[in-house]
Amino acid sequence: MVRVVGAVSLFAVRGVAAVFSPPWFAGQLLRQLRAIGFFSLPVVGLTAVFTGAALALNIFTGGGRFNAEQVMPQIVALGITRELGPVLASLMLAGRVSAAIAAEIGAMRATEQIDAMRTLSTDPFRYLVAPRLLAAVLVTPLLTIVADTLGIAGGWLVAVRVLNFNPTTYIHNTATFLQPWDVGSGLIKAAVFGFIVALMGCYHGYRASGGARGVGRATTHAVVSAAVLIFAADYLLTSLFAHP
Amino acid sequence: MSATPKLEWKGIDKRFDGAPVLAGFNLSVAAGRSLVIIGRSGEGKSVAIKTALGLMRPDAGQVALDGRDTVDLSESARRRLFSGVGVLFQGSALFDSLTVWENVAFRLINADGVARRAARDRAVGALERVRLGAEAADLYPSELSGGMQKRVGLARAVVADPELLFFDEPTTGLDPITAAAINALIVEQVRHLGCTAISITHDLASARTIGDEIAMLQDGKIVWRGPASDLDRTDNPHVRQFVEGRADGLVTGADQSDARAIRVGAGLTGGRPRQRNGGPQRAPVARRRPPTHDAGS
Repeated sequence: MVRVVGAVSLFAVRGVAAVFSPPWFAGQLLRQLRAIGFFSLPVVGLTAVFTGAALALNIFTGGGRFNAEQVMPQIVALGITRELGPVLASLMLAGRVSAAIAAEIGAMRATEQIDAMRTLSTDPFRYLVAPRLLAAVLVTPLLTIVADTLGIAGGWLVAVRVLNFNPTTYIHNTATFLQPWDVGSGLIKAAVFGFIVALMGCYHGYRASGGARGVGRATTHAVVSAAVLIFAADYLLTSLFAHP
Repeated sequence: MSATPKLEWKGIDKRFDGAPVLAGFNLSVAAGRSLVIIGRSGEGKSVAIKTALGLMRPDAGQVALDGRDTVDLSESARRRLFSGVGVLFQGSALFDSLTVWENVAFRLINADGVARRAARDRAVGALERVRLGAEAADLYPSELSGGMQKRVGLARAVVADPELLFFDEPTTGLDPITAAAINALIVEQVRHLGCTAISITHDLASARTIGDEIAMLQDGKIVWRGPASDLDRTDNPHVRQFVEGRADGLVTGADQSDARAIRVGAGLTGGRPRQRNGGPQRAPVARRRPPTHDAGS
């Protein structure tokens, strides 16, 4: 366990160092921004809409037990921005992006493409790892903004269509209740989660061995470890940000 | 001939799980010469090349390029020193997300800072030197046959006019006619560049064609070395058995070399060989564990 933590830490340090030192591969960064960010929009958006809608129903039902139905818009907004937006967006990325990164880099390892890259005087950490880390850190907060917006919209839709809330009042209550830090803390979380997603994909892919079976194993490890680390980091960050 | 060898392995030891694969491996190649290392599968030929390229760190010994030890070089220093080295990998190792010309121009664009348009022109020129037309430039590697992929790999290896070329099993998996064409291209490119070449193969036709000299690796050491023309004349028993393809002799058909092949294969991919509980007659079977890639790779 200690050995694994050490190996992951060293990999992360080397990856971060590659982000901040030349040469930089702008084309690779743009490609990763598109792959990680743009192509994740549908899955993140749909997840957020349905989660916001379900959350609204649950809070309305639960709040009804102590006559607190009317605070449902505020609780949905708080739950989405502080917790569910960043966590769900990142978990979707863990499933979609960590797996893809681990499979791609793992296949490159298995077919000697990474060795070839080194013999072509190109550092794989700068060409493969750094653009993925940076792209994930940049786009996960943006995806979280989308998730926050659509999650709250999902709650609003259910509130208005099913629970007969006044649409204008719902939006007014949400807007006046939310504070910048509610959204900001979620975006900070998202950046950390994005780093975890890309790091786990790169780490497990880079160390893949054993042909197709090894690549499959690396993919599984990447997704599982990214998901677990996201939850662990979520607790740590929440306890750091919370003001009891 | 230059007094300093272009490349020299000095007392290289490399073990996988305690089992020696290279043991006191010494070999040098003079500038401008083409040396072929032959040997059975699993004898450590690929390990020797990987130690020379810095893809694997030896347990002991030195690898000197132009007289300078490369084992302890930093990654950036190694990149600078190896800017004049080209490699044709066994499976070509083409980047499947890039087109053919982007593969060939990879070093030019990403390491040498050549503009894409100029890099493409040079890549197309290199492709023509290996008998691939410009129409192949915009294809992806998956759209090419194995022989064409080898040609692209060769074009990528020579496009930056290297001083030292490595060929890792250049004809493996190719039919005899395509293999002969690749051998001819290798000879042509090495002569055209006037560079030093080091090849590993167990294809004797290939070794005879592309090598000025041949060295045989057995039990982690070079057991014979001589001009390519002496390969069929030497009375060295290891070479004779290898050339004649006999299963009986100094080395039996299935012996410790098979076990070593498993160790080498596991080591190259980061796995760890262990013995399965299958009785004393069964060959060890490799089980994988998370890899331990050497040299900070």
